[in-house]
Amino acid sequence: MGAAKPVYVGVDVGSSRTKLAVMDDRRNLLGFAVRKSGTDFYATAERCLETGLQMAGVPADAIRYCVSTGYGRKNVAFSQDTRTEISCHAKGCYYYFPMAVSIIDIGGQDNKIIKIDDNGNRISFKMNRKCAAGTGAFLEEMSARLDIPLEDMDGLARRSTEMVKLGSFCTVFSGTEVLENIRSGKKVTDIVKGLFFSVIKRVMEMDSLTEKVVMTGGVVANNPYIVEMAAEIIGHEILVPEYPQLTGAIGAALYAMDIRAKLADTQSTEA
Amino acid sequence: MAEEKKSWRKPIKATKEMGRIMAEYFYELHDADQTRKQKIAWCTSVGPAEILRAMGFLVHFPENHGAMLGASRMATDLIPVANAQGYSPDICSYLTADIGSYLKGETPLAKAYKGIDSVPKPDVLVYNTNQCRDVQDWFAWYAEEFKVPLLGIHTHRNIVDVTEVYIPSIAKQMEELIPPLEEISGKKFDMDELKHVVALSRKCSDLWQEVLFTAANVPSPITFFDGTIHMGPAVVLRGTQAAVDYYELLLAELKERIQNGVAAVEGERFRLYWEGMPVWGRLSSHAKLFAGLKTNVLASTYCNSWIFADFDPEDPFMSMAKAYTELFIVRSDHAKEKYIEEMLDFFKVDGIIYHDAKTCPYNTNCRYGMPQRLEKKTGIPSLIINGDLNDLRMISDEQTKTNVEAFIEQLEERK
Repeated sequence: MGAAKPVYVGVDVGSSRTKLAVMDDRRNLLGFAVRKSGTDFYATAERCLETGLQMAGVPADAIRYCVSTGYGRKNVAFSQDTRTEISCHAKGCYYYFPMAVSIIDIGGQDNKIIKIDDNGNRISFKMNRKCAAGTGAFLEEMSARLDIPLEDMDGLARRSTEMVKLGSFCTVFSGTEVLENIRSGKKVTDIVKGLFFSVIKRVMEMDSLTEKVVMTGGVVANNPYIVEMAAEIIGHEILVPEYPQLTGAIGAALYAMDIRAKLADTQSTEA
Repeated sequence: MAEEKKSWRKPIKATKEMGRIMAEYFYELHDADQTRKQKIAWCTSVGPAEILRAMGFLVHFPENHGAMLGASRMATDLIPVANAQGYSPDICSYLTADIGSYLKGETPLAKAYKGIDSVPKPDVLVYNTNQCRDVQDWFAWYAEEFKVPLLGIHTHRNIVDVTEVYIPSIAKQMEELIPPLEEISGKKFDMDELKHVVALSRKCSDLWQEVLFTAANVPSPITFFDGTIHMGPAVVLRGTQAAVDYYELLLAELKERIQNGVAAVEGERFRLYWEGMPVWGRLSSHAKLFAGLKTNVLASTYCNSWIFADFDPEDPFMSMAKAYTELFIVRSDHAKEKYIEEMLDFFKVDGIIYHDAKTCPYNTNCRYGMPQRLEKKTGIPSLIINGDLNDLRMISDEQTKTNVEAFIEQLEERK
């Protein structure tokens, strides 16, 4: 039996979900996993690794290098290096769309707008400020307030006929606005679409966008209608990778590949 | 990857001497407070301290106390006390921390200097609105509390070029301080004494500039974080021989570092400029964060703000008026941009960090498109971090860390 084919692992420990990607040296995605991050980041990352390796059909000793990213990037026992999620999202997006783009990433706790050039180099980035308005946390808060499951939101928003406009910057104030709309008899479908619109507005005001726009993140993965709404607002199509929630993890796996190659170069030069 | 990156920063030997002269300064004020043998004036940090010293006042600077409240991380607990008195959490957190400190009877001086349990009570309060309007409101609160006179200089704002349109009116306001100060101090104004104090302030300023400008060396022998500590004498002791002597000592040490190729941040890979206020309660953690990334934040508009190149002992009033109006914070965005552009070039920096301080709009220069304009003009990338000078409730450490690390990764890609 020959040695297992080498793989590279990227793990993105976000505030809400942990995502993991297993890639081979030809940059093919062989396996992945997504789990709630929970309170024990180390254990969650381990369980994601098991799932990812199983899906890829490779043993743990096939891993040549691992890079972790995200909020809990320092809480991954099996990773050898870290990169910020900003760099990893940029790299992951360039993997799917090798061109100059503005990336809108809507995560559980923070939003990012990242601009990359034709060569995949990052030009600039912006993260949301202190407030969680416009993030996945905002939708989670609102789903609890409206007493509707998070996974039903996309379908509800699509059925809206007269969207409710919410004006506030603040998650708490938006909650009050939602209550006012419920009191005045507005339909849940219209309120949910209003929430989606609010998310898009909060993100759009962070930075200007370049011609090509990519959207990523868990909110986009679970609510594709947000992408359609955003495309309507900016007036042209928005690109979405095959696995929008995995771009950070894929970027981290690609970094793992680069770092490993550099190390090999250094070792061969020294030898 | 559970391990933090190793950080390293070179301590400055002169710090001990600074500690000594600062202690002397605070104990002298405390003694005057207890004995009332010498009059005490409170003054804004870029106010007319020279006039007060020349007239025999000992000078307390509430902003210095505000910074101490921030650095000691006492501010965040004290700010709400002032908030409850009607001073909003959105206004200057030096003001709210300082008033909160007074109301609660807590001061970092008590921890640092045995026997001192409060700030010295003033005989007069003197402000200059060159920095902001908040200082006026701040001092007005104490004037009411202590029932002492409140005097002020009202400076023009958003000045493009500092010309004759502005200077004589400021100089006149300074001259008009003299009669009430003579009455309060019981001393006759002596022009020769003012010239002497202005000459010492000028020397202090020149040396402070030399200290800060050593950072132009590659690698830099000093960091911005060192600067925020070592600016103490330039703020509270300018106009005295003690400040001059101290900066001669510090400068000699930094020159020695340059001669020996000693870097303040070992293995300096990136050089950054800091625009805006320091986050006082995070000085140490920010210093470690950048040092861990082998990045030296080495220069700042903030520390440079105590360089008063226009002081001229031969023409004290007009030159003080000019020096205190030439300040960055008084100027238009156009003048500010030009200044920062020159500094970026002079200090040979790779990037600039703007601190968007929630409660200090006057020292925050990233809210009107300046980073975008400067980046377009210079090609030097920028990062904005959200925070505050004193109110740690406005800070997300994790966001700051991620932003800074991502910025350094971006700089790495460009190399």
